[in-house]
Amino acid sequence: MSTSTEAAAVAAPSEAPTSHRHKKPPLSEGARADRKLAFLLCAPAVIVMIAVAAYPIGYAVYLSLQKYNLAFPNAVKFVGLDNYGAVLTSAYWWQALKVTVIITVFSVLFELVIGMALAELMFRTLFGRGLIRTIALIPYGIVTVAAAYGWLYAWTPNEGYLSALFNNSAPLTSTVPSLAIIILAEVWKTTPFMALLLLSGLAQVPGDLEKAARVDGATVWQRFTRITLPLMKPAILVALLFRSADAFRIFDNIYVLTDGGNNTYSVSILGYDNLFNALNLGIGSAISILIFICVAIMAAVFIWGFGAAAPGANLTR
Amino acid sequence: MAAAATTTTRQKVGWGAGNTAAIVIVAIPLLWIVSLSFKTPAAITDPSFWPAQWTWGNYSGILTTATFVRPLLNSIGIGLIATFIAVAFASMAAYAVARLAFPGKRLLVAGALLVSIFPQISLVTPLYNIERVLKLFNTWPGLILPYVAFGLPMAVYILAAFFQQIPWQLEKAAKVDGATPWQAFTKVIAPLAAPGMVTSAILVFMFCWNEFLFAISLTSTLGARTAPAALAFFSGSSQFTTPTGPIAAAAVVITIPIIIFVSVFQRRIVSGLTSGAVKG
Repeated sequence: MSTSTEAAAVAAPSEAPTSHRHKKPPLSEGARADRKLAFLLCAPAVIVMIAVAAYPIGYAVYLSLQKYNLAFPNAVKFVGLDNYGAVLTSAYWWQALKVTVIITVFSVLFELVIGMALAELMFRTLFGRGLIRTIALIPYGIVTVAAAYGWLYAWTPNEGYLSALFNNSAPLTSTVPSLAIIILAEVWKTTPFMALLLLSGLAQVPGDLEKAARVDGATVWQRFTRITLPLMKPAILVALLFRSADAFRIFDNIYVLTDGGNNTYSVSILGYDNLFNALNLGIGSAISILIFICVAIMAAVFIWGFGAAAPGANLTR
Repeated sequence: MAAAATTTTRQKVGWGAGNTAAIVIVAIPLLWIVSLSFKTPAAITDPSFWPAQWTWGNYSGILTTATFVRPLLNSIGIGLIATFIAVAFASMAAYAVARLAFPGKRLLVAGALLVSIFPQISLVTPLYNIERVLKLFNTWPGLILPYVAFGLPMAVYILAAFFQQIPWQLEKAAKVDGATPWQAFTKVIAPLAAPGMVTSAILVFMFCWNEFLFAISLTSTLGARTAPAALAFFSGSSQFTTPTGPIAAAAVVITIPIIIFVSVFQRRIVSGLTSGAVKG
């Protein structure tokens, strides 16, 4: 029942944009007018994105193919894919990738589950709904660096309440506890992002479907998995896409909490070190492009996995 | 509503427990930062949760200097303008993506994602060079432009996903019932689209508000520096102490406009007419 309604709602616009166009053959005047309108509507967004991002992205790709170290400005030369070879054969890259994947998988997983629960709470709670929505979103509003300092002091022995609570432990001095705290800080900070996106998806689930299912005797869990989740697919996809892309590029939290010590450096920390500390623009740019490729693969997997729920997918076939 | 009539005590207790859990989880780390902001420089390393001695010193310190107040105003101006432009442009593009057939749609959707997932550490230096040449460096537009560009992709995705789920047949139904196109838009479609627009506006505003890398690289004076970037220029009571108290106080102050922004706009995230509006 739920899927047929979804299909009808999604497919309807492509079949009949408006009644008078409906009768005309494909690529009619109406279709051409649609195209023109679409180009006009997209133009401002496309122009701004190209104006700001095209040259910097192209320049980064160009740099990644050069031997270019600001310490030796006269030794610049084209080296093809050598920088990529150097990065991919380096143990540092693979250690950073391992750490980044661990942080991404765990934080996004926790955030999806907690965020879903939080979204349900923000949507349905019986009292204090406005208060809950506002309070729940605060962590995402705090400047990341300041929030990270809060965690850092809390876990510093003799200085913080959390360290004191756990026998004055110093968890930020070894790898696994450090990663756990980085993930904790990340989850606390960005679950509201996930929850807000899921909340907007929840707001689109037609209430009468749920009511009908309740009348038919569906349990809470059945209503959630058979009606709510399928209808929220587009919102879940967007939340997963942007959150995992951000999690994979984690920087601020690690920078403040461990500064990459004890093998907790992520790929972004590694890229930053090469670009801004070692001033090796060639290697640093190659790392950036590799980060980009990893995130792009991740995004492609999500989009492929969600199929028809991807933005724009309903009209292209 | 029928649901309200059938509310049981058990449901009340359940949702109450949920509310409490959410508030406690958010509040404890938050109150720790608030507590740090009220501690004296000497007590900042005291592990007790609350300050033994409360002081307003950190707040009066940051609020009486232009090094924080001016950036706060910059943040508000830049954030609001960038959010407005990004959401307006994104709504137009998202409508086209969700509703119209046109060549290059996949390219647009993929290209927007490309822009938003490219590591920004690589983009800072070339952007800095361009802005120097175009005299945009250290100006409001110099930050607004990149914020719009990097806020747009997320807003387009949120809104396109949202617009796809809107039952657009309602627009036709309203017209059949005698509504003008304008009435059909303002009375039927706009209320349905509002939650998506508000969601993207909140998230774009928060992105602009917290953005650090561009803010610190593309500004050089108080004329355009935003609040998070200003944090980096705080100094401690002596050069050997980290300015933890002032940073915590500034974090609290920076968070207040976000709370106001969210509490005003969250009301719009409700089910629109969808409930009971579509029959098959």
